[in-house]
Amino acid sequence: MLDVLLTALANVASGEHLLFLFSGVLLGLAVGIFPGLGGIVGLSLCLPFLYGMDPISALAMLIGLVAVIPTSDTFTSVLMGIPGSSASQATVLDGFPLAKQGHAARALGAAFTASLFGGLFGAVVLTGFVLIARPVILAFGSAELFMLAILGLSMVGVLAGHSLSKGLAACGLGLLLGSIGGAPATGEFRMSMDVPYLMDGIKLVIVGLGIFAIPEILDLARQNRAISKDASLGSGWLDGAKDMFRHKWLCFRCAIAGCIVGALPGLGGSVVDWIAYGHAVQTSKDKSKFGKGDIRGVLAPESANNAKEGGGLIPTLLFGIPGSGSMAVFIGGMILIGMEPGPSLVGSDLDITYTIIWSLALANVLGAGLCLFLSPTVARLTTIPYAYLAPFMITVICFAAFQATRDLDDLLALLGVSLLGIAMKRFGWPRPAFLIGFVLAGTAETYLYQAVQFYEWSFLTRPGVIIIGVLIAISVWFSIRKKPENPVEEEDEKISHATNLKPQAIFAGFVVLLFAFGLIDASNQSFLGGIFTGGVCAVMLVFSGIVFYKLAIGKVDDPVNYDHEHVGEHVGMEDVQSMGHYLAWFVGFIAGIAMIGFLPALTIFMGAYLRTKAKASWLRVIVLLACTLGGLTALAHIMILDFPRGYLQELIELPWPIG
Amino acid sequence: MFPKTFKKFSMMLAGIAGAATIAGAAHAADFSGERVEWIVPFKEGGGSDRWARFYAPLLSEALPGKPVVVVKNVPGGGSTKGANQFAARAKPNGLQILGTSGSTQFPFLLGDKRVNYDYKDWNVVLASATGGVFYVSSELGVKSAKDIAKLRQYDLKYGSQGATSLDLIPLLSLKMLDIDVQAVFGMKGRGSGRLAFERGEVNVDYQTSTGYLKKSLPLVKEGKAIPLMAWGALDDDGNIVRDPTFPDLPSFPEVYEMVHGKKPSGEAWDAWKAFFTAGFPGQKMVFLPKGTPQDIIDTYTKAFQKVISAPDFAKKAELTLGTYPQSTGKSAQKVKAMATSAPKAAQDYVRDWLTKAYNVRF
Repeated sequence: MLDVLLTALANVASGEHLLFLFSGVLLGLAVGIFPGLGGIVGLSLCLPFLYGMDPISALAMLIGLVAVIPTSDTFTSVLMGIPGSSASQATVLDGFPLAKQGHAARALGAAFTASLFGGLFGAVVLTGFVLIARPVILAFGSAELFMLAILGLSMVGVLAGHSLSKGLAACGLGLLLGSIGGAPATGEFRMSMDVPYLMDGIKLVIVGLGIFAIPEILDLARQNRAISKDASLGSGWLDGAKDMFRHKWLCFRCAIAGCIVGALPGLGGSVVDWIAYGHAVQTSKDKSKFGKGDIRGVLAPESANNAKEGGGLIPTLLFGIPGSGSMAVFIGGMILIGMEPGPSLVGSDLDITYTIIWSLALANVLGAGLCLFLSPTVARLTTIPYAYLAPFMITVICFAAFQATRDLDDLLALLGVSLLGIAMKRFGWPRPAFLIGFVLAGTAETYLYQAVQFYEWSFLTRPGVIIIGVLIAISVWFSIRKKPENPVEEEDEKISHATNLKPQAIFAGFVVLLFAFGLIDASNQSFLGGIFTGGVCAVMLVFSGIVFYKLAIGKVDDPVNYDHEHVGEHVGMEDVQSMGHYLAWFVGFIAGIAMIGFLPALTIFMGAYLRTKAKASWLRVIVLLACTLGGLTALAHIMILDFPRGYLQELIELPWPIG
Repeated sequence: MFPKTFKKFSMMLAGIAGAATIAGAAHAADFSGERVEWIVPFKEGGGSDRWARFYAPLLSEALPGKPVVVVKNVPGGGSTKGANQFAARAKPNGLQILGTSGSTQFPFLLGDKRVNYDYKDWNVVLASATGGVFYVSSELGVKSAKDIAKLRQYDLKYGSQGATSLDLIPLLSLKMLDIDVQAVFGMKGRGSGRLAFERGEVNVDYQTSTGYLKKSLPLVKEGKAIPLMAWGALDDDGNIVRDPTFPDLPSFPEVYEMVHGKKPSGEAWDAWKAFFTAGFPGQKMVFLPKGTPQDIIDTYTKAFQKVISAPDFAKKAELTLGTYPQSTGKSAQKVKAMATSAPKAAQDYVRDWLTKAYNVRF
């Protein structure tokens, strides 16, 4: 055993290994800093180089890449309010308000220290756990995984905001959207209306960007100022690090949760940050600051999502089943360099496993260190007038969304989800609840179906199920022991008493119709194919119906009443354009892509935006455009990517990259 | 939006441009300075991706002019999207090739409505085979294929990705052996199926050869799993024989004979052969698009011939491809013909069965 540990240590410490690890970290940092570009883009960037590389060096590069993405994606989450990747969606909730208040450096400091802690904690736990992991993982069958999905869903109670029925309906909407496409039990295509794109289901990256990023960008664009209120960075990162030590037990608990969720194959890593966030809210006495810049809301998800990577290695290495999105990337890379995950990695190849685990820890230190070092510089982005930032952000987001299936349809889906996101933001439908529903829809349904098939309903009496059931009960009790007055989202204590409830009522009515559509669709499927969505829709028709009813009869005093147009930060600002105006820009861009293809549409969109909104000089416009187009083309060449084609490209042959 | 004449005109232009490229390429199939795109209709990191990335640098070396060969992943629609795109857009100039897999062949054979491609249009230049092993939990007490009929008395469960995936072969095999099995769907891959097997949630499983050797064989050695049969392999005359990678395991037709006392025949057997060939001996194939000039096809055939007959190829390939035959030229064409043209009656048989047993709608 000792010699195994020493071999691994020697591997990790060798110069070449460190070099490749570091280059992986740099690549991961460069990719992760852009919103939406996560592991897949990173992997496809280094794939051409991986093949034929010496396995240990290639492995080092991969680990560096995988380890740093959940750290570096925090930049956009905190600074821009855009989830950098699915692992840091929850960080947005409190990180971004902090940045707006001018505490960007502190929030980043806290996030990176927490990430570092989580990453190291994960590695330490793994070193021991890897030896006994196999029986533990095998003890978690489909029944237990289903219960864990329910535990995740129970967090909705905490994240629901003022109106519980609205929160539940939002979660139900997420469940519904997450069930589009092939039914797990029968493969029937649900709610896809024979559109091939919908048959595959909507990808998480698109939902994350559409629900959080686009509404935020458009809202900031209309305010047209720098993100940070007084264009300064405020308190420094050291305060953030101190915050982490002040809340060390919270970080500790969240890191444990991260490890566990990561280590269980099939739960999906994208839910762990929400569980951690929900836990932070649940266990806090003073919940009033959550959603408005509570540092605990940053610490919890960040310590969990890095610990998750460590935990995620276990099923990846032992069973060849990825425990999270980035581990799916890692496994792909491993297979490409000729390393097959499997039981031998805890047997004869144990030294490789330890090399991987410790490299991950080292990469975490490097990544967090670099991020901390960079954060004062990157935080300065929040002082740039938004009219310059907005077109770049929209470009990057479209590029990221396009990675989902590399089809124009990705952008149309992004547009559709964005419209939903904008409406949800405006009318105060809790988007975190929606996202939890979306993330867990497939998991909950699949494992419920499998558990019933394997054990029939007696699965409810399995000891693991009962234990998790008790945990759920405790979690719910924690959430309701005080009246849930935790204003997650931007809702204010003084609820906006908008007097014209018509827009809200129309949207609520639309939601009711969606559930009705889901129910009708479910009734056309076979029993097993439709029961889950049908059940969800039937229940949600009640909740959304309550919301609609209250709004329709004009209950101004009810917590369901919320309209951002009456309370948002833009209120009282001069020269504020309507949301519709900026939405039109975005829609115009997507429509332009559909007509003339990505790069030509981008040229027109960006040029026009910079000229009219930022009032940039022609020279500046040309320089900025040239950099963007050149950078994107180079990226596309390395990634062997065609840009979205429009109608024009269907008509005539155009040379790459335009055609 | 555009006048019709304009559309016609532009299509004509495109036609001329296309013709010009063919004419250009016909002079000499030399690819110096070019970039060949190998389209893989699956995600990065999957089995087909790995296979293509293994071959890409070797192909690059073997093609005249040593073009760069890059892998381009176009996932979606269970691989139908990438294949459709190739059928619609690829130019017959040898600069775009398609790598398909069993998951591309099955929807085609089943008449999936998402399929807008026809294998008849394409020219095969490489076929890579694989195999599959069926095993059961040792708790069932079945020691070998001889007493496979004993399985009938148990409540069998199988974790599946879907009835129209490669899992069609194990499900159809068991049906033909009159062994009832409950397929539990929603597995994310064969790996999840194996995990369910290890947890004891299911008691029968199958893996492709590489997956079996790496991850299931340890279970066999621990005494938890008993392998009963390997589906088989295709010999030069198109007969299904024992899989040479597992010489000790009987093939499916042998097991059929043990159970029923006669050689398999009829619609079910025709269907089994077609889908088996599409899924295993012809699992992965490389195609050139419709209308590719003969000299480009020949150039590719020669290049792949050179790759697979290189002295160190077998050793290099073992890790990625296993010890299965890689074929090109005439033998690849034979595999393609068998793998992509099931008799109508056999196709209908499978569709009927899938609809009745698994509620699959076509």
